[in-house]
Amino acid sequence: MNSVKRKKLIDNLFTYGLVVFCWIAVQALSATGHMTNQINGLLVPICMYVILAVSLNLTVGISGELSLGHAGFMCVGAFSGSFFTKLMAEAIPSLQARFIIALVIGALTAAFFGVIIGIPVLRLRGDYLAIVTLAFGEIIKNVMNVIYVGVDNGMLRIAMEKKANLNLSENGRVIIEGAMGITKTPKASTFTIGIVLVLITLFIVQNLINSRTGRAIMAIRDNRIAAESVGLNITKYKLLAFSVSASLAGMAGVLYSHNLASLAAEKFDYNMSILILVYVVLGGIGNIRGSIISAIVLTLLPELLRGMNNYRMLIYAIVLIIMMIANSAPSAIAARERLLEKFQRKNTKEAA
Amino acid sequence: MKKLIGLSMAAVLAASLTACGGSNTAETTAATTDAAVAQEENEDGTGESAEEAPSGETFKIGMIGPLTGDAATYGLGVRNAVELAIKEVNEAGGMNGYQVEYKPEDDEHDPEKAINAYNALKDWNMQILIGAVTSKPCIAVSAESAADNLFQITPSGSAVECIAEPNVFRVCFSDPDQGKASAQYIAENKLATKIGVIYDSSTEYSTGILESFRPEAEAQGLEIVAEEAFTANNATDFSVQIDNCKEAGAELLFMPFYYTEASTVLKQCADKEFAPIFFGVDGMDGILSVKNFDTSLAEGVMLLTPFSADEAGSQAFVEAYKAAYSDTPNQFAADAYDAVYAVKAAIEQGNITPDMSVSDICEAMKVAMTEITIDGLTGSQMTWTEAGEPNKEPKAAKIENGAYVMQ
Amino acid sequence: MSFLSCLISGISLGSIYAIIALGYTMVYGIAKMLNFAHGDIIMVGAFAAYTIVSTLGMPPILGVIVAVAVCTLLGVTVERIAYKPLRGASSLAVLITAIGVSYLLQNLALLIFSANPQKFQSVVNLPALKLAGGELSVSAVTIITVVTCLVVMFCLTSFINKTKKGQAMLAVSEDRGAATLMGINVNGTIALTFAIGSALAAIAGVLYCSAYDTLTPYIGSMPGIKAFTAAVFGGIGSIPGAFIGGIILGIIEQLAKKYISSQLADAIVFAVLIIVLLVRPSGILGKKTNEKV
Repeated sequence: MNSVKRKKLIDNLFTYGLVVFCWIAVQALSATGHMTNQINGLLVPICMYVILAVSLNLTVGISGELSLGHAGFMCVGAFSGSFFTKLMAEAIPSLQARFIIALVIGALTAAFFGVIIGIPVLRLRGDYLAIVTLAFGEIIKNVMNVIYVGVDNGMLRIAMEKKANLNLSENGRVIIEGAMGITKTPKASTFTIGIVLVLITLFIVQNLINSRTGRAIMAIRDNRIAAESVGLNITKYKLLAFSVSASLAGMAGVLYSHNLASLAAEKFDYNMSILILVYVVLGGIGNIRGSIISAIVLTLLPELLRGMNNYRMLIYAIVLIIMMIANSAPSAIAARERLLEKFQRKNTKEAA
Repeated sequence: MKKLIGLSMAAVLAASLTACGGSNTAETTAATTDAAVAQEENEDGTGESAEEAPSGETFKIGMIGPLTGDAATYGLGVRNAVELAIKEVNEAGGMNGYQVEYKPEDDEHDPEKAINAYNALKDWNMQILIGAVTSKPCIAVSAESAADNLFQITPSGSAVECIAEPNVFRVCFSDPDQGKASAQYIAENKLATKIGVIYDSSTEYSTGILESFRPEAEAQGLEIVAEEAFTANNATDFSVQIDNCKEAGAELLFMPFYYTEASTVLKQCADKEFAPIFFGVDGMDGILSVKNFDTSLAEGVMLLTPFSADEAGSQAFVEAYKAAYSDTPNQFAADAYDAVYAVKAAIEQGNITPDMSVSDICEAMKVAMTEITIDGLTGSQMTWTEAGEPNKEPKAAKIENGAYVMQ
Repeated sequence: MSFLSCLISGISLGSIYAIIALGYTMVYGIAKMLNFAHGDIIMVGAFAAYTIVSTLGMPPILGVIVAVAVCTLLGVTVERIAYKPLRGASSLAVLITAIGVSYLLQNLALLIFSANPQKFQSVVNLPALKLAGGELSVSAVTIITVVTCLVVMFCLTSFINKTKKGQAMLAVSEDRGAATLMGINVNGTIALTFAIGSALAAIAGVLYCSAYDTLTPYIGSMPGIKAFTAAVFGGIGSIPGAFIGGIILGIIEQLAKKYISSQLADAIVFAVLIIVLLVRPSGILGKKTNEKV
């Protein structure tokens, strides 16, 4: 037992080490001037996608629920975080302070949505759950597209459909502007903050997995009825995993919205959710380190293919299919094992 | 064990990819000869000295727009027109005597990808940016270009916020201007008093125009009898919206959205025998060039547009474009073509040379842009304000016998 | 009268969703995979018909036949190359591969046909049916779509229930392992399913573009997702369920636009879907599966 625990600890530490190593490597590269603008600009998005992939892995891999609405939580987090930062521009002059509070607010708002969506949704199974999470994601997007929020004389005003419905006074300002979303959120996201958030995410997820709660969640995934029969509270554990996952996605959303001057709901459609799912599946379902690596690779890939011009997305698609087959096809796995076996045998022979 | 192998495979892939990236940077550092110029650009100290230094021989103009994805038709129009214009300019001796290099990058109509495209262009040592084509990516890019003080001119980013930064100019009209001008035109020419509106509530373009159309219409004594929305998710069946406008007794249908959807709306209106006056904005332009479109459906459609492919002045451009890309240019292409000539005029006005730093070019361009007057495809005697807004009159066109006729 | 007119447009829209959902649900029922590339096969079908009818000027019926042939071939090829190696892998791996195929088809079409929208000339050139003294009009495309949908459903049901191949499909969908033991060629059956599903997608593509006339490389993704919704709504895997799900989805969408809010129509459709699934967790006609330990 002890050795299992130790092995897990080492495994986890290795993952943290990997992230810290990435940070050091990037710092070293930029200090020596080997960093291109392109890679530099991708650092924050990569952190964001890593957080999203790890958090979705908690739902899909650990809890075993196929969710296609992860982008919805990200959307909620991004909007609430940005809203706060813009609203409190005068009250709290320090951007860093506002950003950190915004991260907390984004995570909490998304967690709240995770709970209220999770309660009805988690009763469903498999593909039905998938379509309902997709539906919630689309509802969030659709509503965010027609909502207007303004502020005047210390009062918040919310309206649907048109700006005129806000009835703002002369000195009022509109913060969330329907399809336009929130513009000009100050840029506060940095690579270092991104890495810290990745570490926080890993800390939360890995501790959850290795805790009693995590084992209960995985037991439910593997056999619901058996888990229920030994007295596990199914709803509680599922909801816990789902809302933690949602809140981390919300946090990633805040990171996203403070990296760009333009935030609009149309970004958070089912394609975004599917993109995150691709990271999770390619990295290996339930494999946290795999999620990190595949998020990095798949974010870099289309950017490094920019030289291909028109063929860029075509090549991306082909690479995606090949990687999926090479990684998951039973025959490919078998071939890989045979190769490895040969290799090992050779090694043992040499050792002998 | 299995997982470990899978992981190591992924890691090898990741390593090989980063190695690809790495070798690129190595090449570019090797190419860095004139480090002084490169350093000057790196005042923000983010460690980007690995750039290829500008040769000082040519201007490097970048372009950002959606070249794939469902907004690709706008981005490709701009890319082609910029390419065409730059080729012409280079053949005629370049800008201020210097040849121009040009590089387009794809943003998939996504602000995040637009930033990536911008950074890729910065690695290429872009000096002037034409783009981004669509509003939200344009806003995102403008925040970055303002930080770098790099001159940016967007052919078609029409939202107000696109040119909020001092270094950004645009060629097209702003959305509120279009809404206002449309209401004024309808009232002044007494086209109708009962207005029905169908709009795309999922785009800022459509809602932005409508937001300013509403108060102006009211002020002009027009009555909006129906206001019906659609979204990108259900932009196929407009029968309910059309029915509602018809039942409300609309005499004029205001359609502030793009020609792709407009052509479908027109067809469905014809099917429903609903024939009000159709009134579009610049997004409607291009409807006649949609392949296989039954142009009789668009007969009598009015639109406010700065460009028309059938106008006498634009014939040379249209012919050259058709010859090069076997496609009819749309208004995005026309805006982009004008953008290149505006850049050329400003460069010559300010006597700007490629060996200047990005920031110096930007400062000189900002001044020069307000001093130039050009006769472009999208307006004659165009001038620019300090805020970056063009001064040009929107022209009303009416489609008659399958061609745009300027009113 | 306006309610009736709205209802008819709902049925018209719904029958298009239904015919796409039929292919979706069939593939799901037998191959147990969400084929996210189904929508893009619709797009390929539409482009094939477009090339024959508009570019080459051949008669529309030939366009439909070529579209069906092209899509059937494409469906089987995709299955053979991309999905078959993954048989036995997790269903999510297949799902992601399908997404890859979807990107691939979209970008191929973008390179071949350009992003500019093109107008699809309807393969149906009949006048609209006028009812109630011209106040209600039902377009010929609508009628043909509904009829095609019913015919397809009838043929599919009898194919599955009456023929040996159909029975083999049922067997594979019930229990793949047992079907193999009974000597059923599982791979062949799945390939056949993809062939039929893709042929249906071709027909759907032609009808979809006949009704809504615009053709771009990206037209497939939206109806694809709506059809997925419709299929789940009706109970995924069930053929009559896909039909009913599609029709109901279309009607709800149009009624929501008319009577509640045209801006929030998408949200309302999905909200109704959620409510229905909460009441009936396996969709309207879905089979309730009992779990065993």
